[in-house]
Formats: sequence, structure tokens, C-alpha cells
Amino acid sequence: MQERDKLLDKYAAKVFKNRKDHIVQLEQEGVPQEITANSRSVPGLMVNRGCCYAGCKGVVLGPLHDVVTITHGPIGCGFYSWGTRRNKAKAEDGRNFIQYCFSTDMQESDIVFGGEKKLKQAIEEAVELFHPACVMICSTCPIGLIGDDIQAVADWAKTTFDIQCVAFSCEGYRGVSQSAGHHIANNGLMKHIIGSGDAVPHYGKHTINILGEYNIGGDGWETSRVLKRIGYEVRNVFTGDGSYEGIKDSHIADLNLVMCHRSINYIAEMMKTKFGIDWLKVNFIGIEETIRSLREIAMYFDDPIITAKTEEVIADEYAAIAGDMGFYKEKLTGKTAGIFTGGSRTHHYQALLNDLGIKTVIGGYEFAHRDEYEGREVIPNIKLDADNKNIEEITVSKDEAKYRLIIDRERFEELKDKIELEEYKGMFRDMGAGTITVDDFNHYETEKVIEMFKPDIFYSGIKDKYVILKAGIPSRQLHSYDYSGPYSCFQGALNFARDSYMAIYAPAWGLISAPWKTTSTLMGKIGGEK
Amino acid sequence: MLDLTPKEITERKALRINPCKTCQPAGALYCALGVHKCMPHSHGSQGCISYHRSVLSRHFKEPAIATTSSFSEGACVFGGGSNVKTAVKNIFDIYDPDIIACHTTCLSETIGDDLNTYIQQMDIPEGKLVVHCNTPSYVGSHINGFFNMMAGFIEYLAEKSETCNGKTGIFPGFVNPGDMREMKKIAGLLKADYIMFPDTSGVMDAPITGRYDMYPKGGTKISEIRGLGAVRKVVALGEITEQEPCMVLKRKTGVDSDILPLPIGIANTDEYVMALARLTHAEVPYVLEEERGQIVDIMLDASAHLFGKKAAIYGDPDTVLGIASLVLEMGMIPKYMLTGTPIESFNKKAAALLEKYGVADQCTVKANGDLFELHQWIKNETVDVLIGTTYGKQIAKAEDIPLVRAGFPVLDRHAHALQPIVGYKGALRLVEMILNAILDKQDRVCADEDLEIVL
Repeated sequence: MQERDKLLDKYAAKVFKNRKDHIVQLEQEGVPQEITANSRSVPGLMVNRGCCYAGCKGVVLGPLHDVVTITHGPIGCGFYSWGTRRNKAKAEDGRNFIQYCFSTDMQESDIVFGGEKKLKQAIEEAVELFHPACVMICSTCPIGLIGDDIQAVADWAKTTFDIQCVAFSCEGYRGVSQSAGHHIANNGLMKHIIGSGDAVPHYGKHTINILGEYNIGGDGWETSRVLKRIGYEVRNVFTGDGSYEGIKDSHIADLNLVMCHRSINYIAEMMKTKFGIDWLKVNFIGIEETIRSLREIAMYFDDPIITAKTEEVIADEYAAIAGDMGFYKEKLTGKTAGIFTGGSRTHHYQALLNDLGIKTVIGGYEFAHRDEYEGREVIPNIKLDADNKNIEEITVSKDEAKYRLIIDRERFEELKDKIELEEYKGMFRDMGAGTITVDDFNHYETEKVIEMFKPDIFYSGIKDKYVILKAGIPSRQLHSYDYSGPYSCFQGALNFARDSYMAIYAPAWGLISAPWKTTSTLMGKIGGEK
Repeated sequence: MLDLTPKEITERKALRINPCKTCQPAGALYCALGVHKCMPHSHGSQGCISYHRSVLSRHFKEPAIATTSSFSEGACVFGGGSNVKTAVKNIFDIYDPDIIACHTTCLSETIGDDLNTYIQQMDIPEGKLVVHCNTPSYVGSHINGFFNMMAGFIEYLAEKSETCNGKTGIFPGFVNPGDMREMKKIAGLLKADYIMFPDTSGVMDAPITGRYDMYPKGGTKISEIRGLGAVRKVVALGEITEQEPCMVLKRKTGVDSDILPLPIGIANTDEYVMALARLTHAEVPYVLEEERGQIVDIMLDASAHLFGKKAAIYGDPDTVLGIASLVLEMGMIPKYMLTGTPIESFNKKAAALLEKYGVADQCTVKANGDLFELHQWIKNETVDVLIGTTYGKQIAKAEDIPLVRAGFPVLDRHAHALQPIVGYKGALRLVEMILNAILDKQDRVCADEDLEIVL
């Protein structure tokens, strides 16, 4: 029996029928197989997914450091998304709202009589206290149910206080996972903020935005450092250490780099339509992938100075870590790993593990869509179900004043064949035969794949971490990096190698079994002995 | 850090900033994890339980299992009945618990889902149980969720009995497994045959063995919860947290309770010991007397460094009251006592405690407060030490005030949940932590010529 069959074996008919299409064991290396994704979870399965609010406020909007983001709802959701995601942010002017949690802390009477009045009052109090340029409102479950019109409140706030105010109806029950929240956040940012500034392009500067980079553990800072060394002007990071003031003018970039395809491809696509900005799928996790990404960006701009500088920086950054990486690679080569993350890291980190000689045998995503597994070419074939149809699709049109093309379309077509320009090839193309991939993985399946594959290390999130450790398998969190990082680019790869080495070689692993479990403590003489 | 917090305090009616509480279901989950072979179940959208499991795992550094009804938009319209019924079937099939403890969320409460009816309509396997409680997130805090889940278990399971089983019920309050172990140790020393409910020791502090057990050894057994109806009496710890469960137990089974403060500090621990001794008629053993004498000895030794020092204490209501009591015993001033939980009796109890020591006029007390306001108070009149949850570390950094971590949640340290702050041993630990925090800062900021080698 294949591992996939064993994994499904315990399920009763209905659950089996649902889960079988979410689990793929690759028959051939790098050849995608169809997987079912982005569909409703089975009630009662201990899934790792969060909700729409978590995707919208927690992931995409939370990192904006100059925005007062008010969670409109009872206290829990705002509380849980306060300082727990490690999207680091600095504000030179000291106006860093990331350290704060804002909520309307809805009470029973607000649920009964409606919460709009309280929300208005909360915005007023926030404006008086902090004078923010932008306020965002994120709804939690009860808000949609009681019918508070948060869009109207946002409009009221705009005119009353002369600020930007954007409302996001990201109630937890919308969609099937965080993914719906990403989409809602993308829509709101695109409709109201991106391109609303009046900055003019810095011609000849090679200005770029990094999309889908949330600066967990400082990844965005490290990537920006390397890009700036080469000579790029990093305009905006979406949204890690991002700002309202910054992304207003993000339309002046020459190129958008896309890290997390899942959470931000909507903005990448819409910015292309509206402002003409091309996007390139990059991956700054892993040395080989960082080098590939840097070279592809250079190819896009085709500037001899940048091309030369790219090679110089690659050589220099690599030289700085080569020695230590060699040590870690020697210690880690031949190990196997499992990775369960949200919607992009499982692919990204396989590259880095590959650099270290670690083979990924188990992969999985909480909320990816088929394109993250099989590649973007399947997008036209994806049928939307009822849950997904409820998430608004917005269309944008060309902004004649701000639209510009950086490279001519002939060259664009030419480049498309060579680099990941407006393309994402998906994770399966980088996975080996016999490896298993689980969409919307749950606790039972996690336990089971660990038991079957016995990986040397498992990368996942906080809800699994201690389950895995208890089973005697080293575990690192790839959502929060266990309070470490950055893991991006060259220095980041070294940090990751060190952390993985540390996890596997922690001396205490040798202490789990007590000596009296294996050695007898009975002393004495057998009868008759002298 | 927190550079945007103004010193000037303005009244806020709607905007909660930097809360000092979370929502009911988190507490319900923690309570249900203290029942052996129980699967906590959240009747709401997936995100709720994902958040609750995360916060508990981050605090305890342990798995926090729970399932969800995974509400979609459709379920909000048609009700979550079919979701919870499917869920319960799948949970018994796949995870095989003995009991499922459902709690509601703001979502299912707002649409008015009736779990009571759903449970009656369920096909529950022979010998298995499903219980529930209502935990609307827009009422109270995680503390309410904790006691509502306790009340739910009692309502479903505790059996009225004509005969007494000779046992003593112990309700530990919302505390760490390390605290529960200490409470049980004391009860054992007083020869009490006890039922602790809930009991997360052996669950949320289970040892590593190399084999994952979904249901570790610990937790109150179902038979024990049933037996709560036949105990001599319940000693309930936490005057605010335990009102509701004790009332429900009394109504359902006639069992009386002694509701005491959390045994933090000497006087509160003494009360706990005395209550148990009265019930068991056991002589208080020397080992406990020795522990008590040791800590009082240390308190007197250390008094010179702590007397008159001001503390800001924040967190859950019973925890804050308990720590304030200990702090007062050391001659310190609990300058600020704040809880996010909106239960007004906290204010009265705090006032009475402060009155007892004659310092009420020097202190500020607030239920339903938040950490933003606490920070503003501190900006106006500072303190020597902060005692409370991890979220106070921002204030600690901003104002350079030493922080002693105690209560829930503590997300940025290890081992704390395995150690007590209750009992004489817990008092010793708290005193040491407070003393070290204050002295470490003194050593760090003092002039070189003032650095003392001996104290």
C-alpha cells in the first residue's frame, strides 16, 4: 500500500471521499498531478487553517506600521493578532502602530443594537489620540451577521476627519480559509490606496516593489539590503514594514517582485492592468533560488552595470557564508524533512533545504490554491465553488496618466520564455517521486505522515510544533521562525542552516530515555551464590 | 516603544487599546483540556479555534488540541447544526475521545444556534459523551469562558447523591498546571482525598517520551466530575472565577463550597490550608509548616529591599488579587491593580484588600481596563515593578521598569507554566522573582561606586 492510501485508510466513506483528492503522492519527479485545494474543510477534522480575518488583518494589513487598524468585533480576534506574527516594523518617526492593538471590544448590547455607533466613536477617539493619516476597519464574524455597514462608516470617517479610511468586510466565516482574507485585503488596498499618491517615476533608477513579503523575522529587510547593494531602489515592500504613505505611491515602481504568490498575486495582476507594471515570481529563500531570482531581475532590466553588480554581490554575499554553510551542509546532508505551511513557504523552503542536502519528503499547505501546487497554467481550469464565489472579484482598468511600460512587449514575450515573468510554475515541479503533498492538512494526517516517513526534521507552525516534538522529531516553526530569522537571501540561509542544525543536534534529544528504562537496577545474589 | 501613548489621559468609551483580556472560548478550551480524554470543540468558524489553540500552545509550550465546526457562509444562514453533527461523528471516528466539550463563539451565538437541541439530535456512540456551554465572546472575558465551561461540565455530568463519597472537591481556578500540582501537593499533605476539577497537570505540562499521546495521563476523569455531586464540600479557589461553577453545583447537587481567594501569598495560602484541615481534620504536617516558616523568613530578610516599593499588577482578576495580597505582605504598595475582565466585584475585593493594609488611598484599581490606560497611569506616576502577562513587556521596555511574568498569557518564556505561584512554594518563587527583578535593575542603573557586592 502506498503511503497515500495508508493515510486515507482510517477515514469513513464521506471523509475519505473528501480527503482523497487533497492528498497527492507524486508518481514522477517534477510532474504535477491534479490536487483539490481551496475548498471547505471537513467539520471535526483538526485543521490548521485560520479564517478570513486572519488572512486580511493578520497577514496583509497588520504589517502596515502607520495605519490604525481597528478590529471591529468582540475582543478576541484583535487580541490574537496583536504582536503574534513577527512582521517586524520600524518607524523612523516613532509612529509605529504595530505595537498597538485596537478593537471596538463589542459587548452584548452592541450586538443587539448594532455596532456602527461604537465604531464611529472608536474612530473618533483614535483620531483624537493619534492623528493617523489612515484608519482601517476589519470586521469579525458577528459584524456581517448583524449588518453593520462598515463601508458607510469608513466614508463618514473620510469626510468627517479628512483622513483615508478603508473598511474590510473580512468576517471569519467568509471563504474557506485565510485565502479569502488575502483577496479582500488586496481588493481594498487596490481600490483605495495603491496609486493614490502623486509621486512621479524615478526614471533610470530601476525601482522595484517586493510583493508578498511580510518581513517575518526581518526577511524583507535582508532582501532589501541585498537588492539595494546591487543598485535597485526598493520602493515598497507589501506589506512587511510597509506603510500607507509608501504604498500610495507604489505605482511608480518599474517591476513588482512576487514572493508569496498566494496572498498577493491579485495586486500584482491588477497593478499590471492598471499601471503596466510587470511582475516577476522570485524566491529569496535558498541560495540557488536567491541567485536565480537576482539574475532574472537583472535580465529584466538588462542594464550592464546592474548585471555586473549582481554578479559581484552574489559572489561577495556567497563568499561571506560559504565556509559556515559548508559545515552545516556536511552535518545535514542526507536528512529528510517535512514542511507544512500556509500557501508559499513549503515550496520556497524546499529550495533552501536542497542547498543543505536535505530532501523534502512531505509537503503541505493550509490554504494554497491549485496554482501553488500545479502552476499558474491551471488557473483557467479552476472551477469556483459557492464559498469562493462570494469573495468579490474586482476589475481595474488602465490608468492613462500613470500607466507605463518599462520594456517593450516584444522583449517581454522573449523574456517570458526565459524567466518566471508573470508565471509561477508551482511546487510539484520541484518535488521528487514518491513524496507526499497534503492540502488543508489536519492533525491526524500530520501524525500519520510523521509516523510513516519518519523525517529527521519537520517544519510547521505553533499548533503542530509541540505535537511533533513530543513524537521525538525536531520541529521548527516556519510561520514565526521560532523568534529567529531572517531566513532570506544569503545571510538568512545561514541563519536557517544554523537553526535547523541546532534543532536536530540538540544534546537533550539523547536524554529522553531514562537510564532505568534500559538498565536494570536490581542488585543481589542468586540463591546459593556466595 | 509605545511612543504614541500620551501621558494625558482622555476618556475612551469605544476604543479598546492593548487589551488585558481575551474572549470566552479561549478559557473554555483551557478548561476542557483539563478533563481526561476530552476533545474540546469550538462551534464557530475555523479561525477562532486556530487562535485559541495558538495562544495556549504559546503559553504552555505544549499541544492544545481542539476541533471546530468550520462554519462557512452557508452555515451562518442555515445554522450550524449539520456542521456540529458531522463534526461530532468525525471526531469520535478519528480522534476517539471519551467526551467532546463544545463551546460556542460570537458567530454561533449571534445566529442563535441551539447546541442543546443539536446535541439531543446527535447520534452519539455508546459510552461516549457530548457536553456544551455557551461562551459568547462579546460577554466577559476568557475567565467567563473558563467558568462557563466548568459549569457546563457540572450541569451535564455531576450527579446528585444521597451518600457522600468522602472526597473533597478542589476547583483550582484559572491557573497553570504548576499551580495545580502545588495545590494538590498541599491537599495530599493534609490527607485530603480530593477531586480536582479541571486539572490540566499531566496534560499541559506532560513530559516528553518520544511518543505523542493525544490524550496524556492527566485531566479530571469523567467519573470524578460525576462524583463532584457526592463530595463533602468543594474548596473553590478564585473568588471571582469560581462563583458560577459553585452555584451550579449547589443547585444541581446540593454540594456546598468554600470559595476562597487564589492561594497566592501567605494569608491566602493559610486560608486554603485551614479550609482543607477543617474538612479532613488532619494535623497540618511539619513539612508544610517548615515551608511556611522558610518563606516568611525570606520575606523578612528581603523586606528592606521591597518595603514601600510600588507595583503595577495586571492580568486576570483572581490572579491580580492574589499577587496584590502577597505584595502587601511584603510591605509593598500595589499601586495599580488592573484587570481587563469586566467583572465589577474585582473593584470591591481589591478595595477591601487595600483597606486592610491602609493603602487604599495610594492605589488605583480598575476592572474592564486595558494596558494602554495602565501605561498612561504609569507615565503619570511610575512604579518599581510590573507584575503580569507578557503584554506588559512593552510598557516595561518603554518605561524601563522591571517585569515579573505571572498569570496568563506568558508567551515569551519557558518553564513558567510548570512552576507554581500558589502555595508557600509559589510565594517563595514570586518573592524571589520580584526581588531579583528590582535588584537587577538597581545593579544595572546604579553608579559604579554604588554597586553592592553584598546585600
